[in-house]
Amino acid sequence: MLNKQGRQTTPNAGADNSGPAGGYATIGGHKGLEHEEPLIFEQGEPGRCGVDLPAPANVAERLGGLRRKGAIGLPGLSEPQVIRHFVRLSRKNYAIDMGVFPLGSCTMKHNPRLNEKLARLKGLGDLHPMQPESTVQGALALIDELAGWLKTLTGMPAVAMSPAAGAHGELCGLMSIRAALIARGDARKRILAPESAHGTNPATAAMCGYTVDPIPATADGRVDLEALRAKLGPDVAAIMLTNPNTCGLFERDIRQVADMIHSIGGFFYCDGANFNAIVGKVRPGDLGIDAMHINLHKTFSTPHGGGGPGSGPVVLSDALKDFVPLPYVIHDANGYRLVEQDESGKSFGRMKGFHGQMGMFIRALAYMLSHGGDGLKRVAEDAVLAANYVMASCDDVMSPAFAGPCMHEALFDDSFLKDTGVSTLDYAKALIDEGYHPMTVYFPLVVHGALLVEPTESESKDALDHFIMVLRGLAERAQSKQAADYFHGAPYLVPRRRLDETQAARKPVLRWKPAQDNKAAAE
Amino acid sequence: MRYLGQTAADRQAMLAKIGVADIDALFKDVPADALNAAIELPDHRGELEVERHIGALAARNLSPADAPCFLGAGAYRHHIPAAADHLIQRSEFLTSYTPYQPEIAQGTLQYLFEFQSQVALITGMDVANASLYDGATACGEAVLMAQRATRRQKAVLSGGLHPHYRGVVETLMRQTDQPYLAAPMDAEGNEDLAALIDEQTACVVVQNPSLFGHVRDLRPLAKACQAKGVLLIVAVSEVVSLGLITPPGEMGADIVVAEGQSLGVPLSFGGPYVGLFAAKEKFLRQMPGRLCGETVDQDGKRGFVLTLSAREQHIRREKATSNICTNSGLCALAFTIHLSLLGEAGFTRLAEINHAKAVELAGKLDGLKGIKLVNGSFFNEFTLALPKPAAGVVEALAKKGILGGVPASRLWPGEKAAEHLLLVSATEMNTEHDMSALRSALEEVL
Amino acid sequence: MTLYFTKDHEWIDVAGDTGTVGITVYAQEQLGDVVFVELPEPGRGVKQGGEMAVVESVKAASEVYAPVSGSVVESNDALAADPSLVNQDAEGAGWFTKIKLSDSGELGGLMDRAGYDAFVKSLG
Repeated sequence: MLNKQGRQTTPNAGADNSGPAGGYATIGGHKGLEHEEPLIFEQGEPGRCGVDLPAPANVAERLGGLRRKGAIGLPGLSEPQVIRHFVRLSRKNYAIDMGVFPLGSCTMKHNPRLNEKLARLKGLGDLHPMQPESTVQGALALIDELAGWLKTLTGMPAVAMSPAAGAHGELCGLMSIRAALIARGDARKRILAPESAHGTNPATAAMCGYTVDPIPATADGRVDLEALRAKLGPDVAAIMLTNPNTCGLFERDIRQVADMIHSIGGFFYCDGANFNAIVGKVRPGDLGIDAMHINLHKTFSTPHGGGGPGSGPVVLSDALKDFVPLPYVIHDANGYRLVEQDESGKSFGRMKGFHGQMGMFIRALAYMLSHGGDGLKRVAEDAVLAANYVMASCDDVMSPAFAGPCMHEALFDDSFLKDTGVSTLDYAKALIDEGYHPMTVYFPLVVHGALLVEPTESESKDALDHFIMVLRGLAERAQSKQAADYFHGAPYLVPRRRLDETQAARKPVLRWKPAQDNKAAAE
Repeated sequence: MRYLGQTAADRQAMLAKIGVADIDALFKDVPADALNAAIELPDHRGELEVERHIGALAARNLSPADAPCFLGAGAYRHHIPAAADHLIQRSEFLTSYTPYQPEIAQGTLQYLFEFQSQVALITGMDVANASLYDGATACGEAVLMAQRATRRQKAVLSGGLHPHYRGVVETLMRQTDQPYLAAPMDAEGNEDLAALIDEQTACVVVQNPSLFGHVRDLRPLAKACQAKGVLLIVAVSEVVSLGLITPPGEMGADIVVAEGQSLGVPLSFGGPYVGLFAAKEKFLRQMPGRLCGETVDQDGKRGFVLTLSAREQHIRREKATSNICTNSGLCALAFTIHLSLLGEAGFTRLAEINHAKAVELAGKLDGLKGIKLVNGSFFNEFTLALPKPAAGVVEALAKKGILGGVPASRLWPGEKAAEHLLLVSATEMNTEHDMSALRSALEEVL
Repeated sequence: MTLYFTKDHEWIDVAGDTGTVGITVYAQEQLGDVVFVELPEPGRGVKQGGEMAVVESVKAASEVYAPVSGSVVESNDALAADPSLVNQDAEGAGWFTKIKLSDSGELGGLMDRAGYDAFVKSLG
């Protein structure tokens, strides 16, 4: 009563904070800090420009008569307009810097800003890839130093640095295996991969001309050794296995798997997407693998940047170490050399333009140097600790898919939602209103309604406790009969609610198009 | 360790909750002798120490900021507006991921839609995807797509195609023993690719401007391709050229791939860059990579989602159009911001400046000490025939602190005709002083 | 007119030497909202059990296999404009192709309606 004359300190009961203001819709469409933002094409005016460029010198044109006729159709905006546009867009995104981002299999960990600064250093960020070797000795030394860390951490003798992302690394690994097989006159046809594999595994195998033979899992989420044995044969080129696997579990029979595949003359490709769980703690080279890609954008924290760029170096065993892509860096008496042409006759060729994702190498090396060997081991331990903590804190109200302990990811199935009318998707969408990015859902495919939670080592216990409170709260709320409609409608407190993916796919609109009259005018 | 959030007490409390005595109990599935292997690496370091370490490596390189730089050959030195590099470092862009949850990723999705629209406009094509790794890998994907679309196998590769692009295509083709026909080096820009087409040909890949800088009218080649049901793939390694040159789409290209680095993306010693990929609408479902599409949300408001995902590896697995997953999102954002800042007027002006600089430079060098300009036409890069092997000249120039060009022999090793050729590029970054410095230095070393 | 079904959830309605082929109501339910159907061009030969068409929903893609061998006589152009016909009327207006049978003996290996219903039930 006392504060009746002053400001109200609690919202009105039943007020819908997402909707109209005090019963009115806002006049201009914005909602406080949340701005509606048209496409850049809808705000331009010809004659505006966000850069000032001098007039070009008057020269005799030498374009072979191919100067463009007519306008392109790009909008013109001032610098403040452009900045405001992209700042407004940025505010419609969730990000690691905002909160827990437990997207399983993606390793959304903290991205140190030091690494951004270093990638932009003069003498690194501005180096041209075709500078003479003598002018880039520091850059080549940096690549070599990062390669050294990767080899030491994995216990492998060689590493191919040029692949641009994880899937590109898989491609590199399989090309290496194929080249090694052909070199011994033993081209093979089949790749074995668990049913729970990332989709990139079979897609990559197909690009190398292999057929993919799926291996089922056991009831405890690991490769079924007997089923694997039954699939072995002289035509098997390799097995592709993720370890820790996509169910968040360590393949405890990994050495038997290695022995089995080696016994028939095949190779062991390990998908290293989940290396974060064991970095500094276990060396894949001690487990019998022949090739493994490392997602620098996962384990070594180069920013995911809304879907890339990534980087996917591939460590190789003795048997594969000569079968590498071009180019590569070597070190001899005269310093560092960038080998761009095959000198051994064993390279399988080029995979991308220039020499690899240098900008990512700088960031990853900075991350490694910052952590050191001691810190990296701690990374794996804390990541695994966090996932097990989430699992142990929720196992009474949610349903872990497999008995623990897990590695760096806690996997739940949807049996805790059985008969509630709430689906995995609904549960995930409700998390959005709670200020969290949902976990990975419906992957791996081998678990019904899967929810894959990867908290990473970046989260403090306090942050995990809040997240756990929400996970539990939603699981409990789902049990209430009245809650199903609420879940179906979620999320509510977002710039856009659930989007119509069916319409998007049935009638694809993939670009802005000028209105017909604009186009006619332009021509 | 500044990046880790747990205290010793936290760790103890968490282990207690889990019900294990120590951390290694959680690693019990790891073979015991492989756990906690001794890994010899230095201990953690502070920011200052790391900065010193990497700064020392940077100091061992010759920065193009300190040397007149005329290097191109698929990567170009351009000015990046301050706003572009600032905006891409906003947390919400930098530390987000692939927009799997569109309700909280409309920022990323909208800029991808804008990116796709810009790429389609500047290439003159119907549709574009949300980016691939770089121009060279985009070129490889284009060839695989042409094989799917035509159900034919053979690729014909121009002798003016960047050897890195060509190399990527060849590596991919070799995996499945597909035939390809790589035309001989074409420094003069007068090859006749139409003559190489036959009934098995799926596609012809040609670069414009070519590696050697020639700007060619592709319409006759497009016509010849169409007549035989062959797809014309046009690669553009300098995207700024599209500000001035007739776009490939207008000349009849079926697929256009490009290196987008020139807009917003730093040279960074070769990566990460951003591959542009555009095609005619009828090939939409054969396209690789992610696509962003417009739709509406539950309340009827316009929004954006990733769409046509049934082409992709996470659904189609071994039958996917590509294995690509992570692409080049942040570089695509940099591209989109830079091109938004430029707009129609700025993009055209930037291209005009580049062309004018190159024309000026070619004029300064052609005829100097036996140097001959090879090109009739060019955009911002041309080829010089030197009286001496170009590799040695480039080394000698580097000793004088000038990054004088790319010797063709580095890209065409063993090719006799390449030995004396030097690729030279000029952009808005090159001053009058730079050009004079190159001229005088060449006078001395030749 | 006789209806037959396959274990891959295709149906074929045979009249004379021609059969109309589509996917079953159960199949479209499993797929969800169909967004695209890739159909074979008329004249193409198909083999029993071989890939004949592709059907895509937002979240899945599936090959459609020819229930019999023969040659494609006609494909349902209406699906290009409106793929939702497969969801609305899978066993009617949402048909895929008409095939001229080369060996009517192959029909013997297919299921009838009752057999198919029992098969679906066994899938849980």
